[in-house]
Amino acid sequence: MASNEEILAGLAEIVNEETGLAPEAVELDKSFTDDLDIDSISMMTIVVNAEEKFDVKIPDEEVKNLKTVGDAVSFIAGAQA
Amino acid sequence: MARKVVITGLGATTPIGGDVPTMWRNALKGVSGAHTLDDEWVEKYQLPVRFAARVTNPASETLSRVEAKRMDPSTQFAVVAAREAWKDSGLEEIDHDRLAVAFATGIGGVWTLLDAWDTLREKGPRRVLPMTVPMLMPNGPAAAVSLDLGARAGAHTPVSACASGTEALHIGLELIRSGKADVVMAGGAEAAIHPLPMAAFAAMQALSKRNDDPEHASRPYDIDRDGFVMGEGAGALVLEAEEHALARGARIYGELAGTSVTADAYHITAPDPEGLGATRALKAALFDARAQAEDVVHVNAHATSTPVGDRPEYTALRAALGDHVDNVCVSATKSQTGHLLGASGAVESVLTVLAVYHRLAPVTINLENQDPEIPLDIVTGTPRELPEAQVMALNNSFGFGGHNAVVAIRSTGAKVEMA
Repeated sequence: MASNEEILAGLAEIVNEETGLAPEAVELDKSFTDDLDIDSISMMTIVVNAEEKFDVKIPDEEVKNLKTVGDAVSFIAGAQA
Repeated sequence: MARKVVITGLGATTPIGGDVPTMWRNALKGVSGAHTLDDEWVEKYQLPVRFAARVTNPASETLSRVEAKRMDPSTQFAVVAAREAWKDSGLEEIDHDRLAVAFATGIGGVWTLLDAWDTLREKGPRRVLPMTVPMLMPNGPAAAVSLDLGARAGAHTPVSACASGTEALHIGLELIRSGKADVVMAGGAEAAIHPLPMAAFAAMQALSKRNDDPEHASRPYDIDRDGFVMGEGAGALVLEAEEHALARGARIYGELAGTSVTADAYHITAPDPEGLGATRALKAALFDARAQAEDVVHVNAHATSTPVGDRPEYTALRAALGDHVDNVCVSATKSQTGHLLGASGAVESVLTVLAVYHRLAPVTINLENQDPEIPLDIVTGTPRELPEAQVMALNNSFGFGGHNAVVAIRSTGAKVEMA
């Protein structure tokens, strides 16, 4: 079980790997599309990498609800519980 | 009168140099890009051929990690070469609706396709990357170059095996002559030093098996040639309508005077022993260039170093040029670069353009005992000086499937000394 801080740090690493964005730019209130400029293909790559890293399932229909980094952190935390 | 098309930019990433100046210096010196492969897969799959000609400079030296992640290696090479050619052309402010791309590949994104297949089998469909399709598609290099340059007049991908790179120049010439574009980024890219193509080309006995001496394995015209050496990389040429180039005072390397493409319709892989399709391609390229056989001073031959391939090309050259073929000096640069498949025609066109520009033909290495059935004047040892007058050179490329492509490059000015 990872804490929210650990999940955020892990996500930031995945986002950095995929897009080159600095990990510090990946903050809870940031929107994946509007703030971080992440397109749908990158988003799917991030989702799949997050599934592996945190050992959770993120259903495709759930991905559209993950608008902000905070949404993703909460979902992953909940899925791990 | 058709629009004249000139060449104003050159780019390359190859086994004998990661950029055009390095490649050209080495091509004049005569070096081998072939080396033993130390990849674990060579041992793992017990490949019968254990060497190849890799690019000297990995694409990661030019591309960022994030850029590279979204591109198959073939596309990475294409973008590296196209960026160099674009910079070299000095083009900046242009109408991007009048800029097109014709970028070839022989095989396409074979690394991406087979990596994804491994992922599917080992980890399941969820782990197959969403970028797999755009990375493996054969139009990937053309599309990436179009995106990179903002080229909006169309992005084309000729796929004609080892004739692809030369066919790209044919398409580029037509795009400008027909008025559909003013500038075309033309080229070819290949990245197939992967165990599957290595095994498959070896299975058809196309590759040299000189495992103990890779540097001497690619030996076009030599009596002991035993196959080609797999290479990789990309070449790129900026083609430009002459009036467009003159208006901006561009440096002009030469004229893309004529091109042609024919098909053998003879056999899926074997060349027509009489070289009829190649002969027609040579004659058609000269006709297209409004040139005579006597205008030709130099040929960059396809000459892959296979036992069956090198002779019909000679037959075709003699049929197309007549006795004048004895006055033509021939370079077989695959002796140095290996065979870059769909990129070879583009890289060899770059070398042909430079030969015309500097009036210097690059050398053929590893020719120890010339096949008596191929009595061509081969440039060996030191580069050959070409006449100072206006000159024309040809570049031949032939591909599995019976594809023949020829381009004719004409000088546009006096000899330019090397810097």
